[in-house]
Amino acid sequence: MSLSSRFENIEMVQHLCTKLLEGRNVPDETRHWILMALREALANAIKHGNRQDLGKHVHLEMDVVGDTLVIAIRDEGAGFDPGAVGDPLAPENRLKTSGRGIFYMRTFMDDVRFERHAAGGMEIVLKKNLGAIKEREENPA
Amino acid sequence: MKTNVRDVGGVQIVELKGKITIGSGDVQLRETINKLVDSGKKNILVDMQEVTTIDSSGIGELVGCYTSVTNKGGKLKLLHLPPKINDVLTVTQLITVFDVYENESEALGSFRA
Repeated sequence: MSLSSRFENIEMVQHLCTKLLEGRNVPDETRHWILMALREALANAIKHGNRQDLGKHVHLEMDVVGDTLVIAIRDEGAGFDPGAVGDPLAPENRLKTSGRGIFYMRTFMDDVRFERHAAGGMEIVLKKNLGAIKEREENPA
Repeated sequence: MKTNVRDVGGVQIVELKGKITIGSGDVQLRETINKLVDSGKKNILVDMQEVTTIDSSGIGELVGCYTSVTNKGGKLKLLHLPPKINDVLTVTQLITVFDVYENESEALGSFRA
């Protein structure tokens, strides 16, 4: 699906993700952090990718493949180098007002990849292994 | 987001209610704190009890507010952090930056110390 570059769309997509996770025994805590990572990825695409240009869209695919939640979000911007974002834990960056979104995505998801898409723009692919969570819940250490 | 400011013995208690997220509450937080700082208020206690959601943009604004209050010789402290917001501050090690209180009178007392 494609969305206009409005922050108001973030909650609608979070609602769709919640629906997708329903009935999959995903603990509330895990779902909360998945939705936060999703929020950060969408905000990143709207703000830094499309620079809130309403003429540009955010393209979204979201599915559960096997036991893995896969979310792909692509913007229509000029792209950026995720490696250029400073480590928010470094003392010199700790009081910066930005630069934590990618860190939160990486903290709360199992895999986060950035790629320049062939059709243009930057694509972020977020993955979460839901099976591993279920297994941990059923067989705690 | 809704804000309410009350003065208790010279400490401005800023009660926040709702979301502090990009495009919804983040700028409002900054404006509320800046207004207090610009009017010479130096002791600010931000009550987060009724904050339902925060994102990196909201965290960034909170950090920006902390810096602007501190740079003016004031103090900004946090009260009643919901567990999820505590977690978000913990993973970025910001929990070590802020003074956080669970009890309002204890927090108010800390400004007099």
